[in-house]
Amino acid sequence: MESFPSLTVTQRDQILVEQQVFNIYKAFYDMPPSSQSLMLELQRENHVEYLTNGLKHLGPSFCVLDANRPWLCYWIIHSIALMDEFLDPELEDNTIDFLSRCQDPNGGYGGGPGQMPHVATTYAAVNSLVTLGGDKALCSINREKLYTFLRRMKDPNGAFRMHDDGEIDVRACYTAISVASLLNILDDDLVQDVGNYILSCQTYEGGIAGEPGSEAHGGYTFCGLATMILINEVDRLDLSSLIDWVVFRQGVEAGFQGRTNKLVDGCYSFWQGGVFALLKRLQSTKGEQSVPMGDGEDSGAGSPQTTASSDATGAEGLNEDSSQAGSHFEQGEPHDASCPVVVENIDHNSSKRRAKVEPLFNCLALQQYILLCAQEPGGGLRDKPGKSRDHYHTCYCLSGLSVCQHSWSEDEDSPPLPSAILGSYSNLLEPIHPLYNVVLDRYQEAHEFFSRS
Amino acid sequence: MANGHPSFLALLFPPPALGSYRTLKMESDEPDGHSLSRRAEWCDVTPLPQDDGPNPVVPIAYKEEFRETMDYFRAIYQADERSPRAFRLTRQAIVANPGNYTVWHFRRLLLQTLNVDLYEELDFLQQIANSNSKNYQLWHHRRWVVERLGIDARAKELQLTKKILSLDAKNYHAWSHRQWVLQALGGWEDELDYCQQLLEEDIFNNSAWNQRYFVITRSPFLGGLKAMRESEVRYTVEAILAKPENESPWRYLRGLYKDNIEVWVNDPQISLVCLKVMNAKSNYVFALSMLLDLLCHGFQPSEEFRDAVDALWTSDNHPLDSDLAKAVCCILEHVDSLRASYWRWRKCKLPLAA
Repeated sequence: MESFPSLTVTQRDQILVEQQVFNIYKAFYDMPPSSQSLMLELQRENHVEYLTNGLKHLGPSFCVLDANRPWLCYWIIHSIALMDEFLDPELEDNTIDFLSRCQDPNGGYGGGPGQMPHVATTYAAVNSLVTLGGDKALCSINREKLYTFLRRMKDPNGAFRMHDDGEIDVRACYTAISVASLLNILDDDLVQDVGNYILSCQTYEGGIAGEPGSEAHGGYTFCGLATMILINEVDRLDLSSLIDWVVFRQGVEAGFQGRTNKLVDGCYSFWQGGVFALLKRLQSTKGEQSVPMGDGEDSGAGSPQTTASSDATGAEGLNEDSSQAGSHFEQGEPHDASCPVVVENIDHNSSKRRAKVEPLFNCLALQQYILLCAQEPGGGLRDKPGKSRDHYHTCYCLSGLSVCQHSWSEDEDSPPLPSAILGSYSNLLEPIHPLYNVVLDRYQEAHEFFSRS
Repeated sequence: MANGHPSFLALLFPPPALGSYRTLKMESDEPDGHSLSRRAEWCDVTPLPQDDGPNPVVPIAYKEEFRETMDYFRAIYQADERSPRAFRLTRQAIVANPGNYTVWHFRRLLLQTLNVDLYEELDFLQQIANSNSKNYQLWHHRRWVVERLGIDARAKELQLTKKILSLDAKNYHAWSHRQWVLQALGGWEDELDYCQQLLEEDIFNNSAWNQRYFVITRSPFLGGLKAMRESEVRYTVEAILAKPENESPWRYLRGLYKDNIEVWVNDPQISLVCLKVMNAKSNYVFALSMLLDLLCHGFQPSEEFRDAVDALWTSDNHPLDSDLAKAVCCILEHVDSLRASYWRWRKCKLPLAA
């Protein structure tokens, strides 16, 4: 064991977080079962109240998100939809009206009324409207103009800019392609060379970076993988190294980190966890010859802080060998054994069935992190204990929770088994469409709507 | 003269949207404490309120000062006024909300029209850098400015990113900017040393490892990945042996053989480092994982590997599989039990034993 003074910054930061998290787990472990049930409960009412309040009123400190208001709409509305709640019709109407005022006459949505259109806020606005659903919301999107906006954002090298003379990165590619796909305006001109750019962003680690040469990062890995799937070029990625990188992003705290050797953060529950939902979907669309979730016959593999348009300081975010209780084989790892991951492995009868469906990441452990460490008692979710709640983390922790709960489901129609849900079955959230991160049946309505035109 | 003002006031109230200003010096622009609406400078401008509509959602309770700044900005922006006062106003708006990419964009238009000294612009960015080191717009703007200054700005940029990284050695934007500067303007000579220094301070700093990879693969002074491989392998192996639980050098080691799997599988140094770590019986997850990858790519292990793997298995109830790769998967399922599901999948995917 190292003497204390010679710990590096990474080690020190990591130990501090581990201590906080393990204190929570240990306290949980020592509780009677009735208290444990309470701790594992998703605080729906409190979260919905926090979210709805945000939709109606935000304090002065939110001025740092004054260019991100469609994001605030999306984080809030999507979270509420995940909990299968509905907005008052009046609030819905107000949202549709507000987002229309963010829409630029020449296409795309800006961060607020009168602001330049921006690809990320366009994504947020469109996703919000799709989540609200209904003719009024969906008709309010000017698709023709939006298409011209996206064409204008297209860079000769294949990638997309965030706005006129804005930055180019993998997030911009994802938000542009996602919107185009959802609105059924994706064409060869938009798709051209995007794959090349994203491919150039897959790093030696296996994950995907924001720009060529940068570090592999969970937010960009999600964006890059989703984009490649949307443009049907996913096989060009080195999927086995991407998978290997992502599985190792889940740490002893049970949550995910955004980058190697960085700290756990609740939002990566979605950015990293969502990668597995994407991969699973790949397998079901391609059948036997596809990549992940194999049974033995598979021949094998044929990677944001955030997608917000700014990484605001002060408010919301953008811009990374455990001993298991019950294991009776020698660990060999000099790890702090007082940090049990409390959940037991799922026991399934058919190992072949399990092999076919079993998620590649530890989804019960992730649920544990989200429910025990990321929830704020008064409503809202957060990065980690000690950090404040915010709408961004609420959205992505809940999205990650949904991914976990549905990760065992073989198809969209069968509800998850109780064994897949940590805590009471009432914790169950709506399933999402992992490519867009909108609630699945809202996606389906929008898909039908935009297929008609 | 507009508004019937006497002509001697023309100097104090430059009419909007003239493009003919020359090299404009930045005056120190501390606000005089009066709100914009009470300043003579702005009396000809009608502030433009935000078109939020009657019942906006996610409404922000703007402080009066913020609202006013943005009302005047909107007016200037809509009129496309390219003037010194507009330029000063963008600073005020940026300080109020550095995330407003529209203001930054308009400021770039003003920088061009007014032909502002771009070194002064760098100073401005410097002033707000520390409290906004994770702001996309600021870094993008900086890149834009530096692109126009060219190679003369290089030293300053390398210095700035170094300073930001000394406060947060993993700041994603700072690293991104630094990489862009190196590629666009050069300055590679000392970069490998810089990585070395950062890794000496914190061998777990994955951003520094990533930068190291960036340098050895792209620096025009170093001859490329293949030329650097041997010395880098030595460096990396040393780092691994010092801290085998450190994931960064393991991934880096694999990266050194990118597109050269054959060489990787057959390089004795690779399998040797796995063996050493396994034999030490401590922090061996990555060693086992790499051994598994080697085996999947055709590595032919000597008996030593079998012995080392067997030594890690302490159960009497379940003998290890005779197939080494399967045995490795079994051990990993138990010692890296968080990832048990992944290791089960890897086992499923293994080619059938001959």
